Amino acid sequence: MDVTPQPQLLPEPRRLGTLARLAPEPMKVVLNWGRRYSLWVFNFGLACCAIEFIAASMARHDFIRLGVIPFAPGPRQADLMIVSGTVTDKMAPAVKRLYEQMPEPKYVISFGACSNCGGPYWDSYSVTKGVDQIIPVDVYVPGCPPRPEALLQGILKLQEKIARESLGERYADGSGAAGGNGAGPHPSPAALTSALVTPPPAPAADAGPADASAPGEGGR
Amino acid sequence: MTETTVGIGGAAEGTDMVLNIGPQHPSTHGVLRLRLILDGERISHAEPVIGYMHRGAEKLFEARDYRQIIMLANRHDWLSAFSNELGVVIAVERMLGMEVPERAVWTRTLLAELNRVLNHLMFLGSYPLELGGITPVFYAFREREELQNILEEVSGGRMHYMFNRVGGLKEDLPNGWLGRAREAVADVRSRMDVFDRLVLGNEIFRGRTRGVGVLTPQTVHAYGVSGPIARASGVDFDLRRDEPYLAYGELQDTLNVATRTEGDCLARFECLLEQTHNSLDLADACLDRIAELPPGPINQRLPKVLKAPEGHTYAWTENPLGINGYYLVSKGDKTPYRLKLRSASYNNIQALTELLPGTLVADMVAILGSMFFVVGDIDK
Repeated sequence: MDVTPQPQLLPEPRRLGTLARLAPEPMKVVLNWGRRYSLWVFNFGLACCAIEFIAASMARHDFIRLGVIPFAPGPRQADLMIVSGTVTDKMAPAVKRLYEQMPEPKYVISFGACSNCGGPYWDSYSVTKGVDQIIPVDVYVPGCPPRPEALLQGILKLQEKIARESLGERYADGSGAAGGNGAGPHPSPAALTSALVTPPPAPAADAGPADASAPGEGGR
Repeated sequence: MTETTVGIGGAAEGTDMVLNIGPQHPSTHGVLRLRLILDGERISHAEPVIGYMHRGAEKLFEARDYRQIIMLANRHDWLSAFSNELGVVIAVERMLGMEVPERAVWTRTLLAELNRVLNHLMFLGSYPLELGGITPVFYAFREREELQNILEEVSGGRMHYMFNRVGGLKEDLPNGWLGRAREAVADVRSRMDVFDRLVLGNEIFRGRTRGVGVLTPQTVHAYGVSGPIARASGVDFDLRRDEPYLAYGELQDTLNVATRTEGDCLARFECLLEQTHNSLDLADACLDRIAELPPGPINQRLPKVLKAPEGHTYAWTENPLGINGYYLVSKGDKTPYRLKLRSASYNNIQALTELLPGTLVADMVAILGSMFFVVGDIDK
């Protein structure tokens, strides 16, 4: 019998603490409850939307009452990153780098049309068309710029999401080990830059192959 | 003969330290990056690295028609959206030889001044914040919300109003709005002593800003600095007075161009504050005038396809942060052939290369904050 210890394959990014992995269900509920009401936020303020973010943090809208704390000294102390504004190709590496500096579990809210998809700069040569091309996003807040109330709604949506999530599933490596049902809430960002989905094969090849090639030929 | 070797460590070599500020840094609003070379505590060389917010607006202007341009144009300086729109429509109207109805001229003047107050309130709040005083920004945003409500009622937007049209404004003011606007202006004015006394009277604030970061009039001229920053250095130039557009020609007795001669951070803040007071007065004067105006159209009927005739023109306006100009070249198409954007912050921030060397690192934040820039206005 071979008793040499097999090289134990750690779950690749070993980001989950023992407690979060092994805790019984009620304990996980408590952990999620704690996690969702103490979101230390790191504001990645880039453009117009950052002003509305500041407005949301001020006395009238005041997101601190939702448990969002805007005093994180830097990304290393933050749980939530709010990307507010246009991400340009020059800025994108910094966004990714600061995201990577945040400790797990971490969440991202994309605030405003520009960081959702490029917004009014959809055809610009220098704008990244959506921050989700470089980092995974949990909640998208639409608007140009969104009202502070929209950010509050986005935060509530994120809190709902945290409440029902299981970290085991969130950090499953996609092979279906933990969740089994789908690839988890975070698809790979690479999927966004992949080529077009290939269409299903033509249902009836015998219906008329001459006709099937006609649209392509007739177009030009 | 004996030879003695004396070790002097690294003292003979350069001990310059390169410090990188930004692009994401708590003391910069937005993503301006600075490369500083330090000699001990003193900055010996400063270089602003810009372009992190470059969105290619000028090139996009060429792919949008004249109605759509307004929407992009108000976004480069997101704190003075209305004034940005104004430059574009003035340029196009001039090319078309279009006459703007009197009602629209006065309403535009009013909204531009309200927008100026909104812009200045942001800096009146954020500058003390950068110096360590957290309180004023809460007051500033309370006033901003008041005025934003008023502007939202008119245009539907809190920041990007999209209310200017070529030939006038989108639509007439809502019923009863003038009274509510007057009330809001009065409310804001009644609480401005927060900044007059709480901020400007603060010993620490004065201590950290007086005599710090003195910008000379020569530098102002050399770098094309404009707006309240230039006026704080004694360069008395304001387009509203010196080349009146809109209805400013008739407001000369209300318009007061705030100037200082010191050129330090405190002077810049004082100019901004005085200009805010004056803008509130101008807004009141406009409100008085609009109430007297006979009912009439507020815009012109435009053709389905709006084309500017061939030619070129330069329209500049006194934006809250300085001179904002559009150089419009048209070949008679639906879109401009070229629309060059001259933004205020771009020129203002270049003066940092002259302003920062020789100052202490600790004063850097105070100086940077007092340059009152918007990064989108730098990078366009």
